[in-house]
Amino acid sequence: MNMMETGGRSGSVDMTHGGGGRAMASLISDLFQRHLANDLLSQGHDATRFEVPAGRLVMSTDGHVISPLFFPGGDIGSLAVHGTLNDVAMAGARPLYLTAGFILEEGFPLRDLERIVMSMAEACRAAGVPIVTGDTKVVEKGKGDGVFITTTGLGVVPDGVDISGDKARPGHAIIVSGTIGDHGVAILSKRENLEFETEIRSDSAALHGLVAGMIDAVPTIAVLRDPTRGGLAATLNEIAQQSKAGMVLDEAAIPMKPDVAAACELLGLDPLYVANEGKLICICAADEADRLLAVMRAHPLGKDAAVVGQVVEDTAAMVQMKTGFGGGRIVDWLAGEQLPRIC
Amino acid sequence: MKYVDEFRDRELAEKLASAIRQEAKPDRKYYFMEFCGGHTHAIFRYGVQDLMPKNVEFVHGPGCPVCVLPVRRLDDAVEIAEKHNAILCTYGDMMRVPGTKQRSLIRAKADGADIRMVYSTTDALKIARDNPDRQVVFFAIGFETTTPPTAVAIRLAKAGSLKNFSVFCNHVLTPSAIQHILQSPEVRELGTVHIDGFLGPSHVSSVIGYEPYEFFAEEFQKPVVIAGFEPLDVMQSTHMLIRQINEGRHEVENQYARVVTREGNEKAQAMVADVLELRSSFEWRGLGTVPYSALRIRDEYAEFDAEKRFELTPKKSREVKSCECPAILRGVKKPTDCKLFGTVCRPDNPMGSCMVSSEGACAAYYTYGRQRAAAPAEEAAREGEAA
Repeated sequence: MNMMETGGRSGSVDMTHGGGGRAMASLISDLFQRHLANDLLSQGHDATRFEVPAGRLVMSTDGHVISPLFFPGGDIGSLAVHGTLNDVAMAGARPLYLTAGFILEEGFPLRDLERIVMSMAEACRAAGVPIVTGDTKVVEKGKGDGVFITTTGLGVVPDGVDISGDKARPGHAIIVSGTIGDHGVAILSKRENLEFETEIRSDSAALHGLVAGMIDAVPTIAVLRDPTRGGLAATLNEIAQQSKAGMVLDEAAIPMKPDVAAACELLGLDPLYVANEGKLICICAADEADRLLAVMRAHPLGKDAAVVGQVVEDTAAMVQMKTGFGGGRIVDWLAGEQLPRIC
Repeated sequence: MKYVDEFRDRELAEKLASAIRQEAKPDRKYYFMEFCGGHTHAIFRYGVQDLMPKNVEFVHGPGCPVCVLPVRRLDDAVEIAEKHNAILCTYGDMMRVPGTKQRSLIRAKADGADIRMVYSTTDALKIARDNPDRQVVFFAIGFETTTPPTAVAIRLAKAGSLKNFSVFCNHVLTPSAIQHILQSPEVRELGTVHIDGFLGPSHVSSVIGYEPYEFFAEEFQKPVVIAGFEPLDVMQSTHMLIRQINEGRHEVENQYARVVTREGNEKAQAMVADVLELRSSFEWRGLGTVPYSALRIRDEYAEFDAEKRFELTPKKSREVKSCECPAILRGVKKPTDCKLFGTVCRPDNPMGSCMVSSEGACAAYYTYGRQRAAAPAEEAAREGEAA
């Protein structure tokens, strides 16, 4: 679907769109249901009824607030779908259904809202997972930032799969599915005061297809996680702490686009802490790593997959790194936001 | 990444490491102060210390712009934003530095003050143009590197007759700080700080040139090597320092010749001189009051001087009592000598300025290097068991 099909919608969100009256009903039917249509959503109930398969279910919810709303490689709509699908997929689950809650700020252009909803619809179609129920609220101007979207996902875990952040063991291999930092740099390149020219696009993507192939090949994967906020560094520290094990990374093996490295260099940021939205970290037995890598590299979202380090014995659960330069350093948690250096 | 990877090359690093091992005499120790936080950051981030022989040690200097700003000036900045309701524009590094009672700019912002992080003085000027009804103040800090952009902003404000823009000027000078350290009792008489030579500033020297260091290399008989910020720069400069010492020389050498000249950037210097002038003295965190070590805005540009535009109340500013930042900034103590280090004081809850910026010695130690502090303890324990 392209932008022409929005029919040049004009006007903006006002308080009546959240008031429960006719304006709200028409917003829902004209915009949300029109683009997101599926049998379950069309039930039109507050609570949607559906069948669930036998087995273990997982559920995940994620609020999406991002500035700017539209960025190279995606927008808040596609991100809200991908983000939650990925959280479900990182449990090794096959996502089944999504829900979406919108908080709209008074004055938000309906044209932009439609663009976002169409992007969500496209992401759902590509992923094969429907949005089955939703909610809309409107807040007064100044009390929101255009639009906030909360999505919840439900998925089913295949039998025999037991993936968890506390399962990393000394000797395990640490795999990253591709280049790091793309999303964060794409966002920064469009921030006010900071606009710079780059070809980098957000890596925002739904990873459950890649994960399904990985689990087929190696059902004994120990840990899967998507390094979103806080980047590779924060996610590895989380896993290290949950598993009570240390990690040693090899800086030279970490895949990174030269543009991302250059942008981070220029801004004084460390790419290890920059967000990703279409990458995963996989920890598995060392002798399964090659088989996993082969499966991952055969998938478009895993073509740059690489082993970047290994899990080691360490009661302090530190993540350390052999630098490309030949020395060693810690890769610590990030304190607050990354702030650029002065000198 | 072209023009960067070349300066982080592992093979060259190994070659330099072996040259340093050959040059350094095993029967003595070498202590070099890296003046700039940029060097401190490079040493830790790339693990340069791991490539050095045990008898070559880096002493971290005070060249971290946010680290040396005294608490009172930060409290003044908060007052400008809060009491005078101005938009305060600041470089990002400054945001988390704790002021009196741990009050940082980020905290003041959360309480409603209009504080904005900018990447350049141009951003601050734009904010002033976009908000003609508000006073906009640029919180100018830093060494000679960041001084020219401040001078340019003031000149542009004057040329554009900007009535709502001013600068809270806290620019400090590198040579006077180095001289102050060399004259300190710790170095001269007590011998508690051992400094055999300096890794000289890189970006600062691109502006001021390396001529200003010639006086004290001679006067204090300490070699200075102007060193770039890349890890290979640091290693090569260290090699040059060791060689000077072994040969009994104490000269200013320029490793960073791809950028730095003896005269520096004379155009930038002229612009700074047009707008700013020497203060007779200025307080530094750690170093105390240092004569002729900072700049203020000249009378011709007084209308852009925030210190003249706003009446700032005298304050009893206070740092956290047991914070060792002052001694660490003078090289007297190491971060691990501070009892707050890693316990109460961490990058996510800094008690002192050295734990805030990644150029600060404490933050660099904590973030990149604390595994080294743990390792010797384990070694000692093992040795103890063996005995």
